[in-house]
Amino acid sequence: MKPITKNVLLLIPVVVLAFAPLYIARTANFAGADTQASAAISTLNPNYIPWYKPFWKPPSGEVESFLFALQAAIGSGFVFYYLGYAKGKHSASKKDQP
Amino acid sequence: MSLRKFKRIGLLITYIIAVYIFFPDDVYAMHIMEGFLPINWAAFWWIVMIPFVIAGVRSIKKTVTLHPSLKMLLGMAGAFAFVLSALKIPSVTGSSSHPTGVGLGAILFGPTAMTVLGMIVLIFQAVLLAHGGITTLGANTFSMGVVGPFVSYGIYRGAKKLGAPLWLSVFLSATVGNLMTYVTTSIQLGLAFPAATGGVMASVLKFMSIFAFTQVPLAISEGILTVMVINVLSAYSQKELQILAVFTGKELPTSKRRVKT
Repeated sequence: MKPITKNVLLLIPVVVLAFAPLYIARTANFAGADTQASAAISTLNPNYIPWYKPFWKPPSGEVESFLFALQAAIGSGFVFYYLGYAKGKHSASKKDQP
Repeated sequence: MSLRKFKRIGLLITYIIAVYIFFPDDVYAMHIMEGFLPINWAAFWWIVMIPFVIAGVRSIKKTVTLHPSLKMLLGMAGAFAFVLSALKIPSVTGSSSHPTGVGLGAILFGPTAMTVLGMIVLIFQAVLLAHGGITTLGANTFSMGVVGPFVSYGIYRGAKKLGAPLWLSVFLSATVGNLMTYVTTSIQLGLAFPAATGGVMASVLKFMSIFAFTQVPLAISEGILTVMVINVLSAYSQKELQILAVFTGKELPTSKRRVKT
């Protein structure tokens, strides 16, 4: 099997794992850490006050999602740049030595 | 083959239903937030983390000076962690968490190299996204950059030694490494916030029961994604993988099976 077919097959469970919860637990709000962590901790220790606050917070949800998207874009940009580079180098070296 | 597949699918469905029944509430799963560790614990994890960072910088330096051609691959391992940490994926428990992506780099470059790369990712998220934090950077680096990669690395080598096929070793390594990262996080939180009744252990168990279930699907996803990258690398970057096999002293697969140590 070519790596590409193998990987397309492997991608299916990943997509299912990512999107099935949206249907299975559709009443949940899928919040991340920020609000729930404080709740979990304040039940264990009601007197705890965070002693340090982030010195900068993304001013809105839009800005935050922009920054997360940027992070993903930079990361995947480089990953696929490398994979393309490796593939190109591989086929070039194959051509050199038939 | 198809019977096994059916069994697996059945198991997955049972698991999802079980999770949905037992954990319908929103739960919490991700890095420890800014200011959410008492100052003595924050300092403690910083101190514990630093030697690993120093070892990591050394290991990266060694890799890069010995084999400058591996720089790109190293960058790719970092970028992989970067992109996976940005993907907050919904989980069956109704909350979201993200994979860590450090297993790949640990397999390729050894665990301490990923301490450094993981820390860079965490700094980016702490400074720009207010996700995680500078005060909790020590604790988060320890879980994601030390425990995760070391577990991944250990499992990869162990599985290979036992003769497991490449994909299985990689999958187990990345999956369990991811899970252990969050187990560590819950231990860290449990130590800092012991429950009134039952103390540290009760608290750790509470955090762990939350984490384990939210994180399992994401850990599996991370395992599969890591296998995908390794598939591509073993098709197109054989030379790099062979070089890496030399200085980590482990066997990496090549189609020819010629290169050993």
